[in-house]
Amino acid sequence: MKISLTVNGAQRAFDVHPGDTLLEVLRREGYKGVKKGCGAGDCGACAVLLDGRAVNSCLVLAGKADGSEVLTIEGLSKDGALHPLQEAFLDEGAVQCGYCTPGMIIASLDLLTHHPDPNEEEIREGIAGNLCRCTGYTKELRAIQAAAEKMREARHG
Amino acid sequence: MAEERRPAFVVVGKNERKVDGVALVTGKPKFAGDLDLPGTLCVKILHSPHAHARIVEIDASEAEGLPGVACVLTHQNTPLTRYTTAGQGYPEPSPYDARMFDTKVRFVGDRVAAVAAETEEIALEALKKIRVRYEELPAILSVDGALAAGAPIIHDEKDSPGIYDAAKNIAADVDIDVGDVAQGFAESDVIVETVCETQYAQHAPIEPHVVLTNLDEDGRLVIRSSTQVPFHVRRIVARVLDVPLHRIRVIKPRIGGGFGVKQEVLLEDLAALVTLRTGRPALVVLSRQEEFIASRTRHPMRIRVKLGARSDGALHALEMEVLSNTGAYGTHALTVLSNVGSKTLPIYNKAKNVHFFGKAVYTNLPVAGAYRGYGATQGYFALETAMDELADGLGMDPLKLRRRNAIRVGESSPIFEKLGEGREGVAQTVKSCGLERAIELGAARIGWEEKRGKRPRQGSRVRGVGMSIHMQGSGIPQIDMAAATVKMNEDGSFNLLIGATDLGTGSDTILAQIAAEILGVPVSKVIVTSSDTDVTPFDTGAYASSTTYVSGKAVERAALAVREQIVQVAAAMLADDGGNLDEARFVLKNERAVAPNGRGVTLAEICQRAMYQTGQFQIAATASFVPDESPPPFMASFAEVEVDTETGRVQVLEYVAAVDCGVAINPKMAEGQVEGSVANGIGFALTEEMLFSSKGRVRNPTLFDYKILGARDVPPIEVILVPSFEPTGPVGAKSVGEIGINGPIPTIANAIHDAVGIRLTKTPFTPERVLDALRARRPG
Repeated sequence: MKISLTVNGAQRAFDVHPGDTLLEVLRREGYKGVKKGCGAGDCGACAVLLDGRAVNSCLVLAGKADGSEVLTIEGLSKDGALHPLQEAFLDEGAVQCGYCTPGMIIASLDLLTHHPDPNEEEIREGIAGNLCRCTGYTKELRAIQAAAEKMREARHG
Repeated sequence: MAEERRPAFVVVGKNERKVDGVALVTGKPKFAGDLDLPGTLCVKILHSPHAHARIVEIDASEAEGLPGVACVLTHQNTPLTRYTTAGQGYPEPSPYDARMFDTKVRFVGDRVAAVAAETEEIALEALKKIRVRYEELPAILSVDGALAAGAPIIHDEKDSPGIYDAAKNIAADVDIDVGDVAQGFAESDVIVETVCETQYAQHAPIEPHVVLTNLDEDGRLVIRSSTQVPFHVRRIVARVLDVPLHRIRVIKPRIGGGFGVKQEVLLEDLAALVTLRTGRPALVVLSRQEEFIASRTRHPMRIRVKLGARSDGALHALEMEVLSNTGAYGTHALTVLSNVGSKTLPIYNKAKNVHFFGKAVYTNLPVAGAYRGYGATQGYFALETAMDELADGLGMDPLKLRRRNAIRVGESSPIFEKLGEGREGVAQTVKSCGLERAIELGAARIGWEEKRGKRPRQGSRVRGVGMSIHMQGSGIPQIDMAAATVKMNEDGSFNLLIGATDLGTGSDTILAQIAAEILGVPVSKVIVTSSDTDVTPFDTGAYASSTTYVSGKAVERAALAVREQIVQVAAAMLADDGGNLDEARFVLKNERAVAPNGRGVTLAEICQRAMYQTGQFQIAATASFVPDESPPPFMASFAEVEVDTETGRVQVLEYVAAVDCGVAINPKMAEGQVEGSVANGIGFALTEEMLFSSKGRVRNPTLFDYKILGARDVPPIEVILVPSFEPTGPVGAKSVGEIGINGPIPTIANAIHDAVGIRLTKTPFTPERVLDALRARRPG
């Protein structure tokens, strides 16, 4: 079947099987920043924004996403300028192996879009579905706080 | 103190961004599974449904006939060479008890066959069409069962060298003595004894194992693998598949976490053989379920520790007995067993009488292997639990007891020499040790004096604090080897070529920082290429906390050699202008070589002269390092917990790890190593456990049912980097990758005891176990 998706701002048509997940289609089409860690919705490595909300793309049938807007990690930086979340993850040392990072940043983006000034508990809740085995989350929490501040400044500035 | 010897650094000690960071946060295709090669075959594995069985017959003809199947591999058409998957240096201290495919299966999940097909669907369909007739054998599902008289023999084959006593299911055995432990106990005033047990636990890197192979344009085999040991992969695959080593190139791209499980050479042989047979690229990726049932685990152990002390608190006799479950194969059986003692006992070097002994036994359960902490994690649970009991017995503050007995600068332990990696070790004296300071800082941070023994209660919830102390090592002395090449470019930049393997630890970055520091350039002028057997010099790999210390020293040496060449050229250039020629007093800074008289030339000018003008040569050097010692990082670990006496739930409120890793080359990355390993350790302590059916099948092979900690579950973790300077280390550094994981189990156990007076001796400390212990304690 054919589906149409707007991926990172570009409208694209894909040939998919009815059983294909959005994760499979995105990776097949070259969006390799979308990672597979479990294929069961447990780890969050495959998170993308689907119509503005973070979802585990391994749990979404591609056909169901027909007509939707998708943002993957590849679409986050604009003209080579990193998003404040990407900058903060680098500056705070929140990236170790980097495999969970795309999903973690996407989940954080969803959080900060809807809660621009989250407290620590809300941040922990916001990335609760994104497992990281390297960092212990400490540096992610700081990175997300730092990014939130920058994004608020940008909005008001 | 040692800190005064610390030179003023420019790049070292700074929180530089990861050199691969931008690629990672923008989702660039940097991992082994991200590369699309046209015509790639998908490889899937048929795993044994039985814990112990002989393969009587295997018929793959129907699978082979399925359209889209390129080849099927079984024991009938693959090399029968015995080897170990351990991924260690050569010769390996692990038995050669495995084959690509064997005529016998030894655990649920063991390899039976593999299919390579055009698509994953076809490969999975083909697996179902492989007909296997098994003769089931009695299975051994416990260490006691393995050692029982008349137990079935798991490795009854005759061609597996290196097994200690196959007939008794004993993969490895260690027994060392210092002094006279029996007499030591006889002379002791207080004696305590404790037995602790640890569970089956999985590494669970978020990226599963993945290998992509292909033939390059010259017909050479290229293996891209999420491996910690590219050079060992090349050696082992060459031997198993009987391919000349020079026909193989192994590349480690970015890798999504390892923690020891990717030291194993688990899949490279399969993908490589498919590519050699078909001429086509082959991709094998383990599913999450396969990670649990068919990769590797931590060695579950039962450890008995007996301590004897004089009434003044001086440890006098120390006995540790280990029974380790290596599962179906003996990979890392001997060395993990050895490390239970070698990485724990030297910390209490005041005990003059020590007996360490133990066995690693085979069972028909998943295969244990290398896992961050490498036996020390299990050993410290028993040792540090016993130390707390000893403190109770002596009526002494556990913190004071540890201070009284812990190793210090200038001291040694006979264990260093007696107990190595499955053989004798190497004598060493501790040259840097911030343990005393770590205890002090950690205690202050957690509020030890105010909180210890107070047991504040709120409803059914009671709080307590606990602590423990730890050491690890920095590489394997006189075994590990690393090499580095530094080569200069005419814009004043440098290529740094290292065999060292960055698992996400940030080693590419800290090794670049070492080179940049010595060469007087920013990190951006150091181009790092690592882990490619065709391009980079040899390195044993990322394990045993070796990279910062061993690979770091190789980088330091190579950079110093290049620095010398740079200064020679600079001196010649400045001599033309009548400059000062005392080369020893040149300084490299801000991308310039500056003579003692203050005159200087840029590095770019120096390299341009060397390449194009006068006395032309390539400014470059390769250096190697084999350590003569393994300086231990040290840690004092503290936790405050809250135990709910009604539900049995244990919550860690705060965790403090005060760590001495010498000079922290990149403090945030060093903290990150500790934070991550502490989080993993808290998982072991509280939630993580592989569960088995009565037939030996893993019952919880998902990240939903096997609970690793998420952001809501991890308490605030405070890492304190305690400054010290390791004189033998690169820029004063020691390694820090593993030590953190040893802390949580004993620290939390001791904090639970402080809160509610129960001694938990079996991990994880689930609500059920807490409630059982609370009930057992209550009279009646």
